[in-house]
Amino acid sequence: MKSKILISASALFVAAACAMPVVQAEDSLYLPSMSYRTGPFAGGGTPFADGYADYLNMLNERDGGIGGVKVVVEECETAYNTQKGVECYEATKGNGALAYSPLSTGITLALIPKAPVDQIPVFSMGYGLSAAAIGEKFPWTFVYPTTYWSQMSSILKYIDSNGGVAGKKIGFIYLDAGYGKEPLPLLEQLSESMGFELAKYPVGGKEMQNQSAQWLNVRKDRPDWMIMWGWGAMNPTAIKEAVKIRYPLDRFIGNWWAGSHNDLQAVGKNGKGYLAANFSGIGQQYPAVQDILKHVVDKGNSKVASREAVGNVLYNRGLFNAVVLAEAITVAQAKTGKAVINGADMRYGLENINLTAERLAELGLADFTGPLKGSCEDHEGAGAVFIQQWNGEDWEKVTDLIEPMTDVVRPLLEDAAAKYVSDKPDWEGQTCG
Amino acid sequence: MEWLSASLEAILVSPFRDMFSMPDFLLQVVWEGFVSGILYALVALGFVLIFKASGVFNFAQGIMVVFAALVLVSIHNMGVPAWLALVITIGVMGLLAIGIERVVLRNLVNQHDAILLMATIGLTLVLKGAGQLFFGGEPKSMITEELGLPTGSSDWEVFDGIVIFQHIDVAAAGIAIIMVMALAIFFSKTRIGRALRAVADDHQAALSVGISLHQIWAIVWFASGIVALVTGIMWGARSDVSFALEIIALKALAVLILGGFTSVPGAIIGGLIVGIGEKLFEVYWGPLFGGGVEAWFAYVLALIFLLFRPQGMFGERIIERV
Repeated sequence: MKSKILISASALFVAAACAMPVVQAEDSLYLPSMSYRTGPFAGGGTPFADGYADYLNMLNERDGGIGGVKVVVEECETAYNTQKGVECYEATKGNGALAYSPLSTGITLALIPKAPVDQIPVFSMGYGLSAAAIGEKFPWTFVYPTTYWSQMSSILKYIDSNGGVAGKKIGFIYLDAGYGKEPLPLLEQLSESMGFELAKYPVGGKEMQNQSAQWLNVRKDRPDWMIMWGWGAMNPTAIKEAVKIRYPLDRFIGNWWAGSHNDLQAVGKNGKGYLAANFSGIGQQYPAVQDILKHVVDKGNSKVASREAVGNVLYNRGLFNAVVLAEAITVAQAKTGKAVINGADMRYGLENINLTAERLAELGLADFTGPLKGSCEDHEGAGAVFIQQWNGEDWEKVTDLIEPMTDVVRPLLEDAAAKYVSDKPDWEGQTCG
Repeated sequence: MEWLSASLEAILVSPFRDMFSMPDFLLQVVWEGFVSGILYALVALGFVLIFKASGVFNFAQGIMVVFAALVLVSIHNMGVPAWLALVITIGVMGLLAIGIERVVLRNLVNQHDAILLMATIGLTLVLKGAGQLFFGGEPKSMITEELGLPTGSSDWEVFDGIVIFQHIDVAAAGIAIIMVMALAIFFSKTRIGRALRAVADDHQAALSVGISLHQIWAIVWFASGIVALVTGIMWGARSDVSFALEIIALKALAVLILGGFTSVPGAIIGGLIVGIGEKLFEVYWGPLFGGGVEAWFAYVLALIFLLFRPQGMFGERIIERV
């Protein structure tokens, strides 16, 4: 009797499982979202994931998807852990994934070799491997709209335009991990060519909230400027420590992962003057963001913590990630004539993206970011960033877009790309032009 | 030979020359190390309390620091006054202690130490998941001013320079000292404290004279929860309240190896040795290693202690009878 009940229950379970909706690659556009809403970096991962999902869901609600096809966004929690990220990739790639935005340099480095094999492009927006900007060597990886190296060169240009960089001492405080160390080769090279002294202050992942020793060293070394490649809890701690040693905050610049609302809200008024790089707009004033509020947030279909959090720095960064992918889908649909595309079509879309100022205005994002144009050779795009400053309560944009030192950075990127593939005999690049 | 003399100079001479050429800065380094050490000691104290009374190595002590601080901040963010939020948080830590005793410890009495350790690892995951489920994963600002804790800083002009004292750090040191004294009095002068010591010395003998093991365990986990709350408030005020705090708390393991798993004074002195030692080493010898030595200094020190004095400075001598 018991076994009959067990068999009946099992049959019911199987029948119920079969009846449940599953991801259908045939009638949808499947975009996995590698998010991290847990762990020590959740403060950054959560708003990014919210902005990403909300924009794509808004397209579903407002336009019925992209080209008439609904977008399926499936989140997979990585906790900013490379191993978990790769597991997410392996678990979801078979569902017809069009592209992956790993949201972690460690995960990006692990996925770059997998992308050409599985024919699914990797879009690491402004992070990951800087050398992936070279399209000939990395056909399946895209880093729009800039790289860590280009960003660093823009920051140095900003410093140069504010009192010069030659003969100065520049401190670099960074998360002692793949992400934080990524710009070091460029910084070391530029310190020689531009004539500044470089002082390095690594912060171990376990010491993010225990940085007093690093800042004591800063007090001892007295650098003229400080640049930070921080993330998560490292950022507010660093700014608080800078305040403690009375380091002038208008001489302290974070990269675009070290300049969010989350980072500065914990510091408040004491953080006034702190600078950070950025490439995506701030605020809710954009029509596309208003549409998100109307079609997603106000209907209770967003995970965002509050209505006010929509438009924050990292929310809008996640939104921009989704904008680039949605635009690439549009380009690919136009080229192939298919409404439902695959990873290879998506690669074409990403490579031929052309977000002009007019197109951004059409999307409801006028002046949200600079124009972005990809090509076979160039998987980085514009490369420019602007500088924003914390006024004690909110971020304010204080410069226009600052172009990178392309003449310096591009040859270094090419060298780095050639070096990356040199020990990989089976690596397939592409010929452009 | 030239490289040898240069290396010896860099290791044995330059750091000390730097120390004496800027004595005000040396004082600042020692003060920062002292404050970090006090906070390490507080976490270690939580471990020691539980280990003494139950023989359980509580791997969850780090997440208890985060959990307590998160409960406090989240309740206050719901509009509850800070003092009431503090009282409610103390209540939550009390309920947690009773819950742990009832659900976890009671069922594992007389089990092997490794099983109890695994249970606390499980507890870590439960608290981490519950914290993220109820309060979200985003970092939160500690309600420093609302709790009446001091902010700002004072300068001490000394040796032609200044030493900066953050008021919150001074408060942390003061509160930690008061807490240690209170615990010392509690252990030695009160009836429950004596019962705790009896349980720590011999479970069976304590049971035979009518001491309730369950009650004692709940009390000791509650005391450990209060220590975790104080640590969370202080460390949260220095940076913010996030799950990354749990990782720092693991440095208390090195402190325990130095001070001994069963010694309250050992936890304090071990914490100070690690705190001051790592700051001095990072600032004066760190550049020789490219910086970032703070991440491993404490563990190397602990390793050396394990080689020469495995029971720590104040721990009970490990005697295995055949």
